[in-house]
Parts: sequence; C-alpha cells; structure tokens
Amino acid sequence: MTTTLPASGNPQGFVAGPDEEKGLSLWKGAWHRLRRNPSAIAGALIVLAFVVIALAAPLLTQYEPGSAEWSGEVTPTTVPGPDGDHLLGLDRFGSDLYTQLLFGARQSLVYGVVSTAIGLTAGTLLGILAGGFGGWVDTVVMRLVDIMLSVPSLLLAVSIAAVLGQNAYAIMIAIGAAQVPIFARLLRGSMLSQSRSDYVLAANALGIRRPRIVFGHVLPNALGPTIVQATLNLATAIIEVAALSFLGLGESDPAIAEWGRMLVAAQDRFDAAPQLALLPGACIAITALGFTLFGEALREALDPRTRR
Amino acid sequence: MLRFVLRRLALIVPVLVGLSILLFAWVRALPGDPARSLLGQRATPEGIARINEAYGFDEPIITQYFLYVKALLTGDFGASINTGQPVLESFVEKFPATLELGFSALLLAVVVGLPMGYLAATHQGRFLDTFVVSGSLLGVVTPVFFLAILLKLVFADWLGWLPTSLRQDARMDATHITNFYLLDGLLTREWDAAFDALLHLILPAIALGTIPLAIIVRITRASVSEVLNEDYVRTAESKGLSRQTVSRRHVLRNALLPVTTTIGLQAGLLFSGAVLTETVFAFNGIGQYLFEAIGGRDYPVLQGYILFIALIYALINLTVDVGYGVIDPRVRVS
Repeated sequence: MTTTLPASGNPQGFVAGPDEEKGLSLWKGAWHRLRRNPSAIAGALIVLAFVVIALAAPLLTQYEPGSAEWSGEVTPTTVPGPDGDHLLGLDRFGSDLYTQLLFGARQSLVYGVVSTAIGLTAGTLLGILAGGFGGWVDTVVMRLVDIMLSVPSLLLAVSIAAVLGQNAYAIMIAIGAAQVPIFARLLRGSMLSQSRSDYVLAANALGIRRPRIVFGHVLPNALGPTIVQATLNLATAIIEVAALSFLGLGESDPAIAEWGRMLVAAQDRFDAAPQLALLPGACIAITALGFTLFGEALREALDPRTRR
Repeated sequence: MLRFVLRRLALIVPVLVGLSILLFAWVRALPGDPARSLLGQRATPEGIARINEAYGFDEPIITQYFLYVKALLTGDFGASINTGQPVLESFVEKFPATLELGFSALLLAVVVGLPMGYLAATHQGRFLDTFVVSGSLLGVVTPVFFLAILLKLVFADWLGWLPTSLRQDARMDATHITNFYLLDGLLTREWDAAFDALLHLILPAIALGTIPLAIIVRITRASVSEVLNEDYVRTAESKGLSRQTVSRRHVLRNALLPVTTTIGLQAGLLFSGAVLTETVFAFNGIGQYLFEAIGGRDYPVLQGYILFIALIYALINLTVDVGYGVIDPRVRVS
C-alpha cells in the first residue's frame, strides 16, 4: 500500500515538460515525510494488514463463510465459546466467528473501495467541470452539489439505497453517491485556487490553450487534497456500509459475512456472548483508524505549509 | 448585517426547490406504479385509486410536481402508509425528543471538547496532549451505533447504573406540555420525572455526542495552536499582558472562529447519528421513526422527513454563517 501510493498518485503522467520534476518532487518529498511519521507507518500497517486479510481470507481459515454448519450447537440464549476447532467460537447462526470476521474484511474492502471509487470518479468529473470551465457550468454544478449537501450524507445514502433495493450494487452506489459532493467541492476549490497562481498566468500569457492549462497544469497540482480526502473517505465508507446494514438496508444474503450486520445480529444475546458484537465493532473501528491515520499523515506530508 | 442575512437566506430557496424536485423524482423513480410502490404490499385496487386521486398521478408529470409543491406549501406532507398518521403531525410530535437529545449531545461535545482542545494545544507534545489527541482519534473512528451498543451493554445491562431504553420510565406518570421531557419535568415541578428523563438522556447523549466531541477537540487544538504562533500573540505577550488576558482576548477570540463553523456543521450531522442512536436506545424521536420508515418502506415519511431535515440543516448553517459574520466582520463585507 505505502509503496504504491505515491507512484499511483504521482501526477507526472499528466504533466508535461519542466513541470515533471516539480510534480515529482512534491510527491517524493511527501514520501520522505511519510516514512518518518510514526502515525503514517501505524496507519499504513493497519491498512496493509486489512488488505492482506481481505485478500487471503480463504487461506487463513479452513471453513466457509456463512456455512451455519454448527447451528445445532447454538442455543436461543448463548453460543459456544472458543475451543480447539473454533478460534473465537461460533456466531449466533452457527458459523465460525473467526471465519466470518475474515470474510467481513473482504466485504468491507470491496464496498469501501468501490463506493469511494464511484464517489471519487463522479466527484472529480463534476469538480473538473466546475473548476475548469467556470461560468454557468460552474453555477449549475455547484447548485447541484449544494442540493446534495443539504441532506446529511448518511441520510442521502439511505434514500438512494431505499430506491435501489437491497443488493451489493445499491449499497456501493448509495455510499459512493453520497461522497460525490464532497469530492466535487474540494476539487473545484483547489482548482480555483491553483487557477489564480502565477504559473497559470504565465501559461495563459504564452498562449497555451485552456484545456491544456486545465488538464496539464491546474488539475495535477490540485489533485493532492482530493487524494487525501479519498483515503479519509475509505474510513467513512466502511463505517457507512456498516451503518446501512445496521439500518436494515445492507446486504440481504445471509451467507455473506458483513461486520455491520454481524453487530446487529449480535444484539439479542449481548449478555451471554458480548464477543459477537465487540469483535466486529472493533474490526470496523480499527480499519477506519488505519485509513484515518494514513490519510491525515498524507495530508500533513502534502501540505506545503508543513514542508518548510 | 441585515443585507447579509437576507442574501444568505435567499440562497436557501434554490436548494430547497432543487431538493423538492429530487424528492419528487425519487418517489417517482421507485420501480413500478407510484401508487403501488407507495402502498407496497398493502396495495388494493381501491387503495391505488385513492392514492392516484390524492396525489394526482393521472395528471401530467409537471402538473404532478406543482400539486406536490402546493401540498407542501399548505403543510400537507402526506401521510404514513403504515399508520395513516400525517407526516407533519408525527414530525411535530417526535421532533422535541430528537432536539432534546441532539442539544444534550452538542452541549456535552462543546463543554468537554473546547477545554480539552485548548489544553491539548497549550500542552503540545506532552502526555496530556497525546492522551487527548489519541482519545479524539478513537472517538472519530468508532461507529456511533457500536458505541451506543457498548454503552448500553456496560452501563445499562451489566452495571445497571442507567436505564437501557426509552425517554422516561413507563411507570412514570408525568405531565407533558412541550414534549421536551426534561423541560416538562422542570416546568411542572415534577422533579422525579425530570430526573428520570435526565437519566434516560445520559447514555444516548454520550453516544451521539462523541463524534462531535472528538471533532471539536481536534479543530480547537489545531486552531489554538495556530493562533498561538501568530505575531499578535507574541506582541501581546511581550507588551506584558497577563497570561489570562492574552488567552482570553487574543487567543480564544481568534481561535474560536473555525470552531464555531465546526460546531454548526456537527449540529446538522447529529441527525444522521440520531437515526442510529435513537434506534439503539428506543429513544422515540424522529431518528427512530425514520428507522421504522426505512424498515417499512414508508416512502411518504422518508420523503417528508428528509425535506424537514434539509430545511433545519439549512437553517442551522444559516445561523452559523450569521454567527460567523457577527464574530468576524471580514465575512460580512466580502
């Protein structure tokens, strides 16, 4: 994760000529600062562990998720605790809790990444439209963004999910759509502030065409905050997926392990088996912590004010 | 100042108009016949005919939208499919609960968050700072519903110190004038009722207030530490002003600007959290009602509530902007 991020976020592909070295040094400098920041390393390690667990889930357990194989051992009031066969015991449906948690990571990763990618893509496009073209396009886009921001994002996601129905796509689109205004506004703002800088004035004076200025100069330099926001939004997205599940709008297929739903299902036998709620809850919080730590360290590393 | 307020107020109108179009389109976008999807599984031919008549679904789409807006403007927000109760009525009935909860949560967040953020900034790099910063980070990443469940489990179920759910003990025969239970208890001098309502508020308020608290701590810390480095603070110190005067007149006054905005933004976001918190504690406010509406696919309720929340959210943001204009004259002028 840490080794790929600066490279993938490097705007050098967009930047032409002499700008290339400047763009590189910004991200290179950020990389050096990240490596020296303990909370960046802690965040990166959590994220790395989360991704590895999500990808390697089937290799880390001998059981299938949602198998309900041992449902006979679950009583109405309690569940069997840890033993030799089951590292963390069973859940209330008679599946292996450890297996459910591993596969829950997989769900969270997919939901988190896809929904953030949806929000990032759509938000970036709107942001480029507004920030790059200005005028009436800007007005229309920003009014749309205002309308979307007029409802708290979780409620926006709830409304969208309620229309689209209970399936994986609906959840990802709902959570992604709720992020669109955040990205659009952020990118527009940073593009506008870049547009006022001297190098844009210089490019204008040289007679470079507007699209080339927008895509070659303004956009690459304005992308930093958006990438930081995307990292932070991964944390929010993972929490919101769980919240949608909690509200009964999540994945309806019981064979799929999902942390938020595990938490809801655990509520009726809290006293007897608190681990059923505590472990998935802790998983959500730790994963969100990882992305938050890393995202904030990245913001600090990219902030020109902290570079002095 | 008045012009500033009016200009800001005028900006709300297009947003609300846009939102009403979206909400209108939203119910129309539900798959199938709108009357059928409004009624769900309870659809009968008579029911469908009644809904078609009431909402004018037989009319052209533009006419339908204007009928919808006309109904909204006359206070008709439709009725719940599940209970038949008018949406506006249930909103008015349940909103005090959410307001009471949200206000307590925000009060907690501000009263605890501001001093903690300030102390962290003035003790940077020391144990207190590390403790506060890590604590606030933990507060930001813990999902509201998880925290609510945890608090309920530990303080209500295990320790038995506080009630597990509801707004007041069901056996409490309290008089309700305003539907703000705590306030009612105080107004009617039913002290035991007021105290009971207060006990019921504690856990939900902590659950709902933790994220705003954590965010207020972080913003206050960042803002205070930035102001502490300003030249005017150094000047104030070097001209011999007492520490107290400097922190009150120079540091706090300037550092509070971004904090005010944050508090306002958090106040709006409490509505999302309230849906989750009220559900866990069966705290009978608009949050829980929204949860029930989601479960029952009660679209008129969802539609109406989202519009209300957007309106209140807009008013909160307006208040914040105006408040900002009062504290910072530069905002008014620009």
